Amino acid sequence: MTGDPTPPATEPAGPARIASPRILAVVAVAAAGVTLAVAALLVNIFERKQEARSTFVRVVALDDTTQDPARWGEDFPQEYDGYRRTVDMVRTRFGGSEALPRVPTAADPRDTVSPSRLDADPRLRTMWAGYAFARDFREERGHAYMLEDQLYTERQAVAQQPGSCLQCHASVYVPYLRAGGGDLVRGFRLLNAMHYQDARRLVQYPVSCIDCHEPSTMQLRVTRPGFILGIRAFKASQGIRDYDVNRDATRQEMRSFVCGQCHVEYYFQGPEKQLVYPWFNGLRVEQILAYYDSVGQNDWVHALTGAGVLKAQHPEFEMWNQGIHARSGVACADCHMPYLRVGAMKVSDHHVRSPLLNVNRSCQTCHRFSEEELLARAEAIQERVFRLRNQAMDALVGLIGDIESARHSGRGDADLATPRSLQRRAQFYLDFVEAENSTGFHAPQEAQRILAEAVNYARQGQIALRDRSFRPSVAR
Amino acid sequence: MPAIPRGTGAVSGTVLSLLAAGAIGAAAGTGGFTFVYARGASYLGHDAAACANCHIMQEQYAGWLKGSHRSAAVCNDCHTPAGFLGKYAVKGLNGFRHSFAFTTGWFHEPIQITAFNRGITERRCRECHADIVDQVAGPHGRGETVSCIRCHASAGHLQ
Repeated sequence: MTGDPTPPATEPAGPARIASPRILAVVAVAAAGVTLAVAALLVNIFERKQEARSTFVRVVALDDTTQDPARWGEDFPQEYDGYRRTVDMVRTRFGGSEALPRVPTAADPRDTVSPSRLDADPRLRTMWAGYAFARDFREERGHAYMLEDQLYTERQAVAQQPGSCLQCHASVYVPYLRAGGGDLVRGFRLLNAMHYQDARRLVQYPVSCIDCHEPSTMQLRVTRPGFILGIRAFKASQGIRDYDVNRDATRQEMRSFVCGQCHVEYYFQGPEKQLVYPWFNGLRVEQILAYYDSVGQNDWVHALTGAGVLKAQHPEFEMWNQGIHARSGVACADCHMPYLRVGAMKVSDHHVRSPLLNVNRSCQTCHRFSEEELLARAEAIQERVFRLRNQAMDALVGLIGDIESARHSGRGDADLATPRSLQRRAQFYLDFVEAENSTGFHAPQEAQRILAEAVNYARQGQIALRDRSFRPSVAR
Repeated sequence: MPAIPRGTGAVSGTVLSLLAAGAIGAAAGTGGFTFVYARGASYLGHDAAACANCHIMQEQYAGWLKGSHRSAAVCNDCHTPAGFLGKYAVKGLNGFRHSFAFTTGWFHEPIQITAFNRGITERRCRECHADIVDQVAGPHGRGETVSCIRCHASAGHLQ
C-alpha cells in the first residue's frame, strides 16, 4: 500500500526509494479524514437504527391524574416540543393572528393580543347587537392561549359567563373526575352550573395531553362529555343505538373526534347552562336550526330588531363532515397535525395550526402539486367564500336596518314576526360560515350553499316587510 | 544538506510510511465495518426491503406491499433502467444522493421523485405495458405526451 521498504539490492538504499515525507504526511492526514467521516456516518446510522428500534423512552410514570403537560413531555419530548409551539402567532390570508402589543392593565395583564374582528368588520357589531360578542371578538389564537384569552376577554365584563365555557378552554378531565367523585359526566354537570370564576379555580392548564390520550397506551380518547353525549344523539338520529365513542369509533375516526370534542356548534341549555351539542337531527345547518326551533332556543334577543336570535360557534367539525376531505377519510389530524420525520422516527406534529402554514407536510402527502399551486387552490376557495360572505353580511345588515325602522315607525310584533324569523334564519346561516374557522375550505360547496341561502332569507325578510301578503319559501 | 545523516531520513521515512499505512488501514477497516453494519451489500441486490433499510422509504415500501404491483415488480423494476450498466449506474447515482440527503437531512418533505427518476419510471411502465401503451401513447396537443403515473399513481405504491 505504501512505500516498498525492500528495494532491489543493485540499487542503493535511501530516501529516494521511499515516497517523499511530505506526500506520506498528506496521505496519512487524508486517510485520517476519511476515517473520521466514515466514523461519523457509522454513528449516524447507529443512531437512526436505535431510533427505529425504540420510539420512546419512559422516564416518568404517567397515570390518569397526571395533568401537567411538562411531565408527559419528559416521556414524549418531540410531541411536547410541538405542543409548546402553539404559542406562535402567524397570519394566513383569511385567518390566524398576528401579535399586537398592548399595555397590560390590572384587569388584563396580557401584553399581546390578536386583532379585533369587530374593528376589521363593524357589521359584526350590528349582527350581534345586544350580545356580549358585540363588545369583544378577536382573531383566534393557538391552543396555548385558550385559558387566558377566555379569562380576559371583555365579554366577561358584560355578561356572567358560566362554568360550561371551561369544557373547551381548559384541561378539565381531572377536575371533572375530582368534582364528580370519579364520575366524569357528573363533574361536567356540576362545573357547568357554576359561575365561570368559581369553576376557573378548579382548573389549572389549557388543553393538555391527558385530554386526548389514555396515559398507559397513548391511545386517543374522547374526554369531553359534551361530545360523548352529542355524538351519541347524532348516531341515534341515524338509527345507531347506544353509541359509545370510546368503544365504537375507529382509530382514524378518533383522529377527528378528539378535535371535534371542542371545534363544534353548541348551546347552553336551561338556567343551569348545561352544555349541549345540537346534533339530535343531524350535523347540517338546517338540521341544527330545526333542533333549536323545536326547543325554542334563543341565545339572545337582538337589540335593534327584537328578534330571538342564535350565535353560531365555530362549527368546524360539522362543516368538515360535509366536505370532500371527510368523505375521503381524511381526518383533522392528517392536515392539522401531519406526520413529521424526526431522524428515523415518525411523530404527529403537535404544533396544531393552519395547514396553509405547512403545505408540504399537510397537503403534498396526497396532492402531487407544488406548494404554490396548492396554496393558490386553497386561497381561491377562501376568496370566493369570503366574497359571498360579504354579500350575505350586507344583506343581513340591510334586513336588520329595515326591521329597526319598521319598529320605530310603530309596527307591532305580529307584523314583524315573519321578518324577524327570517333574520334569525339568515343570521344563523351566515354566522355558521363566519364563525367556522376555515373560510369555507372545510366544505367549499356547502359553505357557498349556506351563504347563498342566508342572502335569500335576508332579502325575503326585506320583501316581507314591504308586502304583508308575501309568503317566504324556506328550504328544509 | 549534508549535515543531516542519510540514516535519519530513512528512519523518519519509514515511520511516516507506517503511519500512512496505518491510517489507510483504519479507514479501510472502519469503512468495511460500516458497509457491513449498514447492510451495504443488500443495495446491490434486488430485494425491495433493502430500499427501506434507512427508514426514509418505509411508507413507500409499505404502500408497495399493499399495492397491485407487489406481485409483478420490485423497486428496481420500476426505478432503475433495464440493462446491467444502466441499472448499476442509476443505483450508484441515487445511492450517493440518498446517503448524502438522508445523513444531512437536506431534502424536501414529503420526499419527491426527481424529474430524472420520474423519466426512468415512465419508461419502465411503457416497456412492460408496451402492448397497451402503443395504442394510447402519442402526442396530445402541442407535442405533450401522456404520463402513466399521473393517473395510475397508486399502481406502484398504494396510497
